[in-house]
Amino acid sequence: MSSTGALVALLRERLPDLDFEVTEFRGEVTVVVPAARVLEALRALHGAPGWTPVLTDLTAVDRFPAEPRFEVVYLLTGYSPPVRLRVKARLPGEAPVIASVTGLWPGANWLEREVYDMFGIRFEGHPGLTRILMPDDWEGHPLRKDFPLTEEPVQFNGHTPKVPSAIIPKSPPRR
Amino acid sequence: MPEPRTETLTINMGPQHPATHGVLRLLLELEGEVIVGTRPVIGYLHTGFEKEMENRTYHQNIVFPARIEYLATFIEEMAYVTAVEKLLDITPPPRAQVARIILAELSRVASHLVWLGSSAIDVNVSSGFMYCLQDREDILDILEMVSGQRMMHGYYRIGGLHRDLPEGFETRVRQLAEGLAGRVDEYDSLLTDNLIWRKRLEGVAVLTPQTALAYGCTGPILRGSGVNYDVRKAFPYGGYDQFEFDVPLGRNGDAFDRYIIRLEEMRQSRRIVLQALDRLPIGPVRVDDRKISLPPRAELVRSMEAVIHQFKLVSEGLHPPVGEVYAAVESPRGEKGYYVVSDGSNRPSRVRVRAATFNNLQALPAMVYRGFIADVVVAIASLDVVLGDVDR
Repeated sequence: MSSTGALVALLRERLPDLDFEVTEFRGEVTVVVPAARVLEALRALHGAPGWTPVLTDLTAVDRFPAEPRFEVVYLLTGYSPPVRLRVKARLPGEAPVIASVTGLWPGANWLEREVYDMFGIRFEGHPGLTRILMPDDWEGHPLRKDFPLTEEPVQFNGHTPKVPSAIIPKSPPRR
Repeated sequence: MPEPRTETLTINMGPQHPATHGVLRLLLELEGEVIVGTRPVIGYLHTGFEKEMENRTYHQNIVFPARIEYLATFIEEMAYVTAVEKLLDITPPPRAQVARIILAELSRVASHLVWLGSSAIDVNVSSGFMYCLQDREDILDILEMVSGQRMMHGYYRIGGLHRDLPEGFETRVRQLAEGLAGRVDEYDSLLTDNLIWRKRLEGVAVLTPQTALAYGCTGPILRGSGVNYDVRKAFPYGGYDQFEFDVPLGRNGDAFDRYIIRLEEMRQSRRIVLQALDRLPIGPVRVDDRKISLPPRAELVRSMEAVIHQFKLVSEGLHPPVGEVYAAVESPRGEKGYYVVSDGSNRPSRVRVRAATFNNLQALPAMVYRGFIADVVVAIASLDVVLGDVDR
């Protein structure tokens, strides 16, 4: 597979009934597929002739308070010729579940555990979905937007102490 | 006579073990002295960098990358600023680009020297450690001269550098590069033909190319198994496509191949540094866009507009367009990538750090399967893990 365009065409050909959207930003192509069929789409890409895709990254994004709230992001890389493709699936905020890709890439094991640990997204078919970075008895999922950041105020002479993230407040988008 | 015991024995290695280069715990399952199962337990150094970065402005975040992975500091900073620059669709001026490449390659050599020294100590060549750290210190002196700090530099800016390179920089780097060739040769002759070194490393911690690809390993681990993938060549960033260098590959995928590759990478880094010094252009080191980089100090006393820009940038920060980018660099441990999602505000809505060591460490159980406990030490050393990077 020489280009992302060819990969998108292949996905369309192999799964003609799959309803997906393709976006491009700064030369990076993202394919958004329905969450229920993400395993099917990734299997089609995994078995595509002419490239050995590597699961470079698997992560999630929390779009709170928007709905669907979560995005699970798969970054596939072909080494020769070099080509990258991002596959995304959107999940609801209430009990997010998605199929595990550990069957395709064993390396997804830890990455999925990290996403479960940080976002609370469950991966169906994962061999041992436990917390990986946080302690086992931790409550909540730290990278969710509604999980508060714990900070200590910085002491300055003559000023009311502020927590570091409040020193430069968040400002809304321009225009 | 009692029946011989046949069940396996589970032992704990770490979390406080000198050979784990940080805080890593391994649950080893043993059959006699042979390892039949390994379960790495990580997370002891988790500090929530990703969460922190979501709660700071793009500019404030520059200090975090070097703290995540503290051995190849300038490469880490480059990874983050490259991602934000891609988001903003800007290119730093040529002088800044070449300077970044020089500093990145010096960092790579410094990081490989720490690796070489600490793996030597793991295999009981304790004198090697002292030599390597002395050489690393010489490199850190140059980095300190440039940025004011040995390790946590905070020298890069979005769109260039904080300030121009100091006077005498080129001479110092040239001097260092001249000496470095001989030093690397010295390590080569000290270790490569050393019988003990070879016996401990050869054929140990073998990783097949298939396994390496399945676990998403990158860097010297992947190249040691013979797969040609270097981010600098495959997805060139920051002007690396204009430099000539070779990517060394291994054949057997064992710890010895990884050692040979890292030695060769030091020589190649030196080659890049020398090329970069020859073509270091004169000119500005930051983009001339007042919405992105601070106005020069001299302008502040003359222009009200400059003062307003300065105030806006300092008190609010820059606002990239809505979108998401992934930018990767070749760190000494493999592909280090930053996935930055912007919602248009002055803070990133998500920063994901793709750590090469996280994926590499996952291949450890496959590497040491049916090996000895003593080989685990060599395997961890050959992985070159930085646990701060694994746990973020």
